[in-house]
Amino acid sequence: MSDLTRQSAATLASAIARKEVSSEEVTRAHLDRIAQVDERVHAFLHVDPESSIARAREVDQQLAKGELSSPLAGVPIALKDLLATKGVPTTCGSRILEGWRPPYNATIVDKLSAAGVVSLGKTNMDEFAMGSSTEHSGYGPTHNPWDLERIPGGSGGGSAAAVASFESPMAIGTDTGGSIRQPAALTGTVGVKPTYGGVSRYGIVALASSLDQAGPCARDVMDTALLHAVIGGHDPRDSTSINKPVPDVVAAALNADVRGMKIGVIKQLKGEGFQAGVLERFNQSIEILTELGAEVIEVSCPHFEYALGAYYLILPSEASSNLARFDGMRFGIREDDGKDRSVEEVMSATREKGFGAEVKRRIMLGTYALSSGYYDAYYGQAQRIRTLITRDFAAAFSHVDVLVSPTAPTTAFKIGEKLDDPLAMYLNDIATIPVNLAGNCAMSLPIGRAPEDGLPVGLQIIAPPMADHLLYQVGSALETALADRWGGLLISEAPTL
Amino acid sequence: MTTEYQAVIAEFEPIIGLETHIELGTNSKMFCSCSAQFGGDPNTHVCPVCLGLPGSMPVVNRVAVESTIRMGLALNCSIAQWCRFARKNYFYPDMPKNYQISQYDEPLCSDGYLDVTVPTENGPQVFRVEIERVHMEEDTGKLLHAGGAGRIHGATHSLVDYNRAGIPLIEVVTKPILGTGELAPEIAKAYVSELRDLMRALGVSDVRMEEGSLRCDVNVSLNRQGEGWGTRTETKNVNSLRSVERAVRTEMVRQAEQLRLGERIILETRHFNEETGDTTSGRSKEEAEDYRYFPEPDLVPVAPSESWIEQLRGTLPEIPSVRRARLQNDWGISEFDMQSLVNAGALELIIASIDAGVQPSAARKWWTGELTRVANERDCELEELTVTPADIAQIEGLISEGVLTDKMARSVFEGLLDGEGNVTEVIDSRGLVVVKDEDLLVEAINQALSESPDIAEKIKSGKVAAAGAIVGAVMKSTKGQADAAKVRTLLLEQLGVKE
Amino acid sequence: MTQGGIDAEQVKHLGKLARLELSPEEVADYTLQLEQILGAITLISAVAADHIPPTSHPIPMENVYREDIAVRGLEINDFASGAPSFEDDRFRVPRILGEPG
Ligand SMILES: [Mg+2]
Ligand SMILES: [Zn+2]
Repeated sequence: MSDLTRQSAATLASAIARKEVSSEEVTRAHLDRIAQVDERVHAFLHVDPESSIARAREVDQQLAKGELSSPLAGVPIALKDLLATKGVPTTCGSRILEGWRPPYNATIVDKLSAAGVVSLGKTNMDEFAMGSSTEHSGYGPTHNPWDLERIPGGSGGGSAAAVASFESPMAIGTDTGGSIRQPAALTGTVGVKPTYGGVSRYGIVALASSLDQAGPCARDVMDTALLHAVIGGHDPRDSTSINKPVPDVVAAALNADVRGMKIGVIKQLKGEGFQAGVLERFNQSIEILTELGAEVIEVSCPHFEYALGAYYLILPSEASSNLARFDGMRFGIREDDGKDRSVEEVMSATREKGFGAEVKRRIMLGTYALSSGYYDAYYGQAQRIRTLITRDFAAAFSHVDVLVSPTAPTTAFKIGEKLDDPLAMYLNDIATIPVNLAGNCAMSLPIGRAPEDGLPVGLQIIAPPMADHLLYQVGSALETALADRWGGLLISEAPTL
Repeated sequence: MTTEYQAVIAEFEPIIGLETHIELGTNSKMFCSCSAQFGGDPNTHVCPVCLGLPGSMPVVNRVAVESTIRMGLALNCSIAQWCRFARKNYFYPDMPKNYQISQYDEPLCSDGYLDVTVPTENGPQVFRVEIERVHMEEDTGKLLHAGGAGRIHGATHSLVDYNRAGIPLIEVVTKPILGTGELAPEIAKAYVSELRDLMRALGVSDVRMEEGSLRCDVNVSLNRQGEGWGTRTETKNVNSLRSVERAVRTEMVRQAEQLRLGERIILETRHFNEETGDTTSGRSKEEAEDYRYFPEPDLVPVAPSESWIEQLRGTLPEIPSVRRARLQNDWGISEFDMQSLVNAGALELIIASIDAGVQPSAARKWWTGELTRVANERDCELEELTVTPADIAQIEGLISEGVLTDKMARSVFEGLLDGEGNVTEVIDSRGLVVVKDEDLLVEAINQALSESPDIAEKIKSGKVAAAGAIVGAVMKSTKGQADAAKVRTLLLEQLGVKE
Repeated sequence: MTQGGIDAEQVKHLGKLARLELSPEEVADYTLQLEQILGAITLISAVAADHIPPTSHPIPMENVYREDIAVRGLEINDFASGAPSFEDDRFRVPRILGEPG
């Protein structure tokens, strides 16, 4: 097999299953690629080649004995660094957790391990997943493989960049307001935010509990489907995980057919604030979907304009509470000058030093929004907006099977460009946030490069809760049609680095 | 009752309120599967959830919910059709997540009542205490203060054991209790005692107060007759029945003194000092934390169905007040006697002793007599004494076998209370054995007779009452280790006198 | 102070509540930025009326429980080395001044 790092996860898995190549060889190839390019990309925060290779050998042995029959057995993966991994550093991109090795695994990590998937390491992210550029990492930014001067999106920029730079065939991300989808769009990869509760949150360090959802990142729709099937499903350790079978996303990815489907274009997510080249590619994709036999209509979601406001009250509120445990008492760093400071002073000094500016800003905002006297005006109102947005979706889905929009309003911007302007940064997630507020599922897939800058553009497909299969069906159809035009996936045009 | 207290009552009207936290007796913790057993080596009943490790998530213990519903039903509360947990946010090192999962504006149970009986000069009086709410929450870890004599003040640092963190608690909150008059301290104590008995009867907790599994916050305010409510204080963590009573009384007297001096009562938390019975100022409510409550997003709502509630209602046992009436009848004692043994905290101990095989009258005798006297002397609760119902059963058995006399039994209790070991060990170490050897007794009798020939003559001449002096002499010479009745029989036999 | 407005004193108080030892520069920065952000999002309070029920959870579920079975958790060795200070099988913390909430 030619360059192992250029293959899809599905291809690698079947080659490994047929013993044409070993998991060890595949893992080594990716570790070599990481060694070769990650100094420039900085997708990873932690790589431990020896343990990855040891694990790959184990999987090879299990496969030889016929003990493993998983569709992804032996394939390497990159894990966003807010998944708890037993004995392996887990920092959430924050200095406050520097050196911390959790004593337990996230459920997802256990599921991947049981499926014979081999971890390559932990990927960079905006600190505690707060950001849209991965510049807010406590360990330095990740660079977009399409243009190393640009951001890869965020917060899961490390996972997206690892996949886009061929360091890993697939990755796990988490998506609270677009952190899987927006980086996917900006790096020419595929990313899925499953239905809220579709994948266990146990062991995923919480940002905003009522919005967070982990999901798959890969270079094509089928690979995300295979990964989704492995990590999805009910977990008794997560009370909010849905106790129903995961929709058959793999079958849906094989069924690349949109004939007779109704697809809604969200009126509020295609005008002002969207880059011209993004809209151009988006409109071309709509034409293709029509040509493929879908009926495309425009729908209105009038309350989406309030989504960003509601999100920036709900997220900081929940985050301010979720992040309270980072106090330097039980784990992580402690900032103690030894001068007989009180516990309150040491906690405050530790948090002051360990958290970055964006995290502190959001903790302050959330603390304010939950304060007595402000709760109703802020958190309470934001939750009412949430109801209105959910109703907008329900009304739209009474007419159409899925909704589409551009994933992000712009292509990747330059590192540092929006760092000092939080409000401008927040606008990156304008199209992805409503989905988290309502708990729907959504996918971003590459639909070409913007003419003005040659950078990837993503299209977002949104389906109702627990209709994740529709994302794969539509995504797969559009991906196939585009690949036919381009003579391959968009990602094959990415710089070789 | 002190004249000082009488003076307070003459001038002021108290309003009290009680918030009681009780640890449930579940196998596992409220939100994780760690053992909820008391004690254990430090930090051995912990997991990612109750250590608050990043990424961990809570899952509600079904039995804890059921116990709370059953408690609510027993307290005549309505059970919410739909309610949620909430996060109470504040930083403290005994709290692993720096928020407590509790309930806020949506308690599981609300609006009930509990009837309590208090003794008065005019006989027992029933008082209805209205219940505001019963809700679920989790306990915190345990702090050990190092340096500074084990107290928080002056400590150089503290050590935290999270075994207790996450143990399920129910919190029972009363409405303001009005119209108690001078009975306020007694009503407070009787209420907590009744609550404890109810929990035990329901089997939701064995309420080991000595282990701190019941903690009470006592609210007290005073107002002059006809005036509006006064400012209240909240005395925290009052951990025994006696302390509840004392805390109310102390706080009433303290507040009255201030008010008489024209000073203002500050809305504040206060601490109860178990040793002195005083309360001292804690944090004023003006500088109180802003808890930033919001619905716990990691948990889903609790929505008990009608059928679930009815099924739980079917498991409620006979409630303590009904049970007391039945026992009073069975034992043939007066309401006053029943009430005084309840007030002494003896009821459950008497029942346990009877269950262990002791005659009801004997069980009552020991617990309300000798043992209550010692408890009062030592300023502690009966159940804190190192005498158990099983000990009483063993001692009573020995008495009926003639191995121990009543007097020796008292000595055994003394030994038990002084920590000299178990019943057998105390008997051995104190050499408490009834002299059963008749020859020895006869020898002692003859010795006594020969020392008092005049008394011997009196008895022989038919004055049997004089036998007491000889019996006494024999008991003395045998160091009390003879059975007096037996000595008497032998004596009369010896003199050939019939009663 | 109008709703959505925020001043330096408030920022300092929030810093205390949130256990952040903010520098004077940060107080100034956050005062400005929170003001901006809150200004940008206060329009939402005008939209949703009281009759709209709040959504605290996107996918409604009820009554999820765990059976009351005790299971052994972590061993001290699993977490002691990750603690900043651990002594006598317990987590060591600096001296505590205030009372719990
Ligand atoms: Mg409480
Ligand atoms: Zn636990």
